[in-house]
Amino acid sequence: MLDLKGYGPALMEGAVVTIELAFLSLALALALGLLGATSKLSHNRFLRMTATTYTTLIRGVPDLVMMLLFYYGGQLAVNNLSDLIYERFGVDWFFQFNPFIAGVLTIGLIFGAYMTETFRGAFLAVDSGQIEAARAYGFTRWHTFRRVMIPQMMRHALPGIGNNWQVLLKTTALVSIIGLTDMVRVAEQAAKAERSPFLFFIPVALVYLALTAGSELFIKWLDKRANAGVVKGD
Amino acid sequence: MPDFIVQWLNQNDIFTATTMLHYWDGMVTTVQLVFLSLLLGLIVAVPLAVLRTSRNPFISGPVWIYTYLFRGTPLLIQLYVIYYGVAQIEGIQETFWWEIFKEPFYPALLAFTLNTAAYTTEIIRGALAATPAGEIEAAKAYGMSWFMRLRRIVLPSAARRAVQAYSNEVIFMLHSSAIASVVTIVDLTGAARDIYSRFYAPFEAFIAVALIYMALTFTLVFVFRKLEQRLLRHLKPANG
Repeated sequence: MLDLKGYGPALMEGAVVTIELAFLSLALALALGLLGATSKLSHNRFLRMTATTYTTLIRGVPDLVMMLLFYYGGQLAVNNLSDLIYERFGVDWFFQFNPFIAGVLTIGLIFGAYMTETFRGAFLAVDSGQIEAARAYGFTRWHTFRRVMIPQMMRHALPGIGNNWQVLLKTTALVSIIGLTDMVRVAEQAAKAERSPFLFFIPVALVYLALTAGSELFIKWLDKRANAGVVKGD
Repeated sequence: MPDFIVQWLNQNDIFTATTMLHYWDGMVTTVQLVFLSLLLGLIVAVPLAVLRTSRNPFISGPVWIYTYLFRGTPLLIQLYVIYYGVAQIEGIQETFWWEIFKEPFYPALLAFTLNTAAYTTEIIRGALAATPAGEIEAAKAYGMSWFMRLRRIVLPSAARRAVQAYSNEVIFMLHSSAIASVVTIVDLTGAARDIYSRFYAPFEAFIAVALIYMALTFTLVFVFRKLEQRLLRHLKPANG
């Protein structure tokens, strides 16, 4: 076990926090992406406009600024809400907004916007004849979506999801700035205390490198599977 | 600033002339940092991309390792390593480099430059690899030397193919530059953090700065769209 002047275990725990953060954010981003893409492709003008505003706003603002807004603003908003509830209903309720929640919300929201674009393109790549055929068989709209659209869309969405995931993974490092004890924060504190930055940052960089390299291989494998029945050059 | 603006600004508590100037200074720092790192990054990336396309693995290999390392790790880590690491180099405090690197601006500039150069190298490499073989054959048939082919045919043609991906990288860099505030640089985000902690007004401080970033982003998007139209003019339909 790597000891690293006694900081080894703390770094390991930090790495676990980073991975949890990444996966929870990914789940939120995928959900928001599906929601956003279906809204963008819907016939409802209000939904289309909401989704377009969402993706445009997100693409204009740095992730760190959004994170600071959510973290500091989120606590203030929760405090105001809890004051309001206390005044109106006399219920004493308090909720501590923590960096982990702020991180998942921000990263999920940001990458939800990128996933929206990925899924939108992938949905458009599904042959419209497939949808017509499903409807002709009497599939309901939900059934068509789940049984025909989703499986065929995934093949086109996978490369985009993979790219977004790689960027997302590296974005998790930012959450250390708002005080989450992930591996970057542990390394920063250790580096300052021990005055040896390389000793702590290089292992953290290697963990990130291992995560991105591992993901690359996994996505390649998924991609091969998803394209199993596809005739090349078609 | 004209008096009437100052008067108007002084009517609210947060967005006074002082804070507006603070935002302005932050914006100047952000623009300097982003512009310089992109410029230096591009200067480094063009030769690296050419080396990266070399068939000799001893030439393309090291470039690949460099881009892989810098694209596989977060920019924040790279910034920390350079910012904290530079001071640890033996004897640097006695050399003139210390005069430069003790300011946080320069370690940040170095980290950003190395990072954007890695991404830009890969973007240009992709564009170089997609050069139609016929263009190179034609240039060879005209008796152009390797360097002249590169300068007159291959690079201009690759630039056209790279400009769209590069515009994304530029916007990405603008957004990533927000982490400069972590190493005590007062850029736009740093200014917003100062104003937040002074007034304890997260919404005002951060939404204002988000709007400024948005304005910068959409200006860049507009400029790149114009540039793309200009560069790809010859591909437009005749009566389009």
